[in-house]
Amino acid sequence: MKMHLDEKIWLTISFGIIMGFMLITGYQAFALEMGPPSNMETIDPQKVDETAPFDNPGVKEVGENEYEVVMTLQAFGFTPNNIEIPAGAKVTFIMTSKDVVHGFEVAGTNINAMVMPGHIQKITQTFDKPGSYLVICNEYCGAGHQVMSTTITVK
Amino acid sequence: MKMEADLKIGFKDKANKMLGYHPEDAKLSKSYIAVAFIALLVGGFLGLLQGLNRAGLLELPSWFNYYQVLTAHGLLLILVLTAFFTIGYFYAALSHNLGGLLPKVRKLAWIGFFIKLAGFVLAVIPILMNEASVMYTFYPPMAAHPVFYIGLALIVVGVWSCCIGAFIQVANWRKNHKGQHVPILSYFATGVFVLLFFALMFVAVEVLFMIIPWVFGWVDTINVMVARTLFWAFGHTLVNIWYLTAVSAWYVVVPKVIGGKRWSDLLTRVVIIALVIMNITGGFHHQIIDPGINEVVKFMHVFMSLAIGFPSLMTAFALFAVFERTARRKGGKGLIGWWKKMPWGDVRFLAPFIAMVAFIPAGAGGIAQSTNQLDQVVHNTMWIVGHFHLTLGMSVVMTFFGISYWLVPFISNRVLTPQINRLGVIQTWIWTAGMICMSGAMHYVGLLGSPRRTSYTTYGDHATALGWDPYLMLLAVGGTLLIVGVILQVYAVFNMMFFAPKGDTEFPIAEEEDNATKTPYITERWGLWIVIMLIVVAMAYVIPLTEFIVNAPPGSPPFKTW
Repeated sequence: MKMHLDEKIWLTISFGIIMGFMLITGYQAFALEMGPPSNMETIDPQKVDETAPFDNPGVKEVGENEYEVVMTLQAFGFTPNNIEIPAGAKVTFIMTSKDVVHGFEVAGTNINAMVMPGHIQKITQTFDKPGSYLVICNEYCGAGHQVMSTTITVK
Repeated sequence: MKMEADLKIGFKDKANKMLGYHPEDAKLSKSYIAVAFIALLVGGFLGLLQGLNRAGLLELPSWFNYYQVLTAHGLLLILVLTAFFTIGYFYAALSHNLGGLLPKVRKLAWIGFFIKLAGFVLAVIPILMNEASVMYTFYPPMAAHPVFYIGLALIVVGVWSCCIGAFIQVANWRKNHKGQHVPILSYFATGVFVLLFFALMFVAVEVLFMIIPWVFGWVDTINVMVARTLFWAFGHTLVNIWYLTAVSAWYVVVPKVIGGKRWSDLLTRVVIIALVIMNITGGFHHQIIDPGINEVVKFMHVFMSLAIGFPSLMTAFALFAVFERTARRKGGKGLIGWWKKMPWGDVRFLAPFIAMVAFIPAGAGGIAQSTNQLDQVVHNTMWIVGHFHLTLGMSVVMTFFGISYWLVPFISNRVLTPQINRLGVIQTWIWTAGMICMSGAMHYVGLLGSPRRTSYTTYGDHATALGWDPYLMLLAVGGTLLIVGVILQVYAVFNMMFFAPKGDTEFPIAEEEDNATKTPYITERWGLWIVIMLIVVAMAYVIPLTEFIVNAPPGSPPFKTW
């Protein structure tokens, strides 16, 4: 198979780009722990309210300016909602769905996770900048999907 | 009488050994193409309603709400338009390339046609009754009316019928042409139908064995993650099936339209094989931020998704090389001066050309969003909607439009008039402007966080959401331009089908270069490629599916949340 030099150069660059993406993605995911939310724990989706920690959802301080938010998502809201935390707080959200598939997105941050019934999802973020952050469900979940939102206020 | 006249013309053409026109087969393709463009018209208007609603300009009535409109829009354009066009186009190619369809093949395609239509009607009724506002992805545990899923199952069976017809046609030709390569466009068709056949298995398992027993109440719960994974093994492959269909025209038809030769036959076939082998595994990048899949598996899938980019980059080189070579042969000079020699006024070139150019940002966006951390930034935002309006709405659909300006005259025994060509050129520019506005706005507002599949909302006048409004307005402007494009395009198609002057139109298939290398026969070994494809699919899916099944949480009951 004859191939022009131009084509060989082009394909080498193409292969290099793909490998570059792989290396950077791998380095960020495994060395810098920036990987996508991938928690492996499961839960009975029909017994969320009786199962720890979701029997007691809310914001808990677990260390110096470190918080855990245990949260349930259901059509069409977040429990707890209108969360307040101090600036610089490192917050881990521990979430599950009580009904259909929901999405957990905080606009203007990299927080974006699918929250599935039967699975416990976790995502961590440090909130450095004070302000009101908009939290929305970004997976269509029914007639009231467009009202499913809340806020995180960073003071 | 008309049939007889058609037959007469058919025999005349056969005698000329020029056009490979078979009236019975043409009727089949014509029916498929007609349904495709009616779907475009209806789906296009539904799209406009959404665009206007999203910008806050239009409140939809409660008896036809945003989510009903959106489900119908997706079903019409993602399933009906693409499937009917692809099948109509490739059956025309099979008929033209392989000496006419066998009677049983034609019958299978007709059976498929009516089963699909019946399935589609069954799927649409519950949508109109607001019993199936579940989007075309119908993620459990949202549960639509059972009839919706029965409709989907019938669509699957209908497409399978067409796949089997195509396989019989190709196998028969090969039996009678031992040692020869299947003509290139039929080779593309084979690849597309192989992919369709296998991809549909995943969604068939999901619908038939998981969802239908569950919505009828024969089982209480469903495994949500398994259903979702099976859906995307199908869903993303479907995307690449449209893409492969468009690519077939880029490699085979466009060079002929501009008066050039085809790029290397071997490389073309290698690209097809690569796309068939690697495609199904790409579906996993829709689940990058899902729970229940560990990061190592997700990382492996970044590779599996990005690998699909490689044959596309090969394609990019090949196509632009063909353009340059052809233009230089026609006396084009200079680094970019040869551009002037391209037939810019010919819609059969212009539309697919812009489609190809659109694939440069579209493909780049695709590479970005199948990369774990970058996906997390844009997942389920309007960015994704922008991405698939750029890929499907521009790269694929504009190619389909370009094809229609010779395919519809060919199957209708009519000609493309200069007036319709001019209309097509205008349509192409309107469509381009509309898509740039709409898709551009979607990409940007998605980066800012605006979610997809959400009717008009300001989230209690939150400042962040209010900041999205100007872009959503631009989206509506784009959508309005697009509906003008839809109307012009549908008019052109039906004009060419029923009213254009009678006459012979060529089925444009470019020749190979004179000094082309001979393609080795191994490219014809579909058995081998299918085995490799299945091994790759197994590598990608055995681990996560086993994980989802073995470590499954208790399942979910059905919910109707709309």
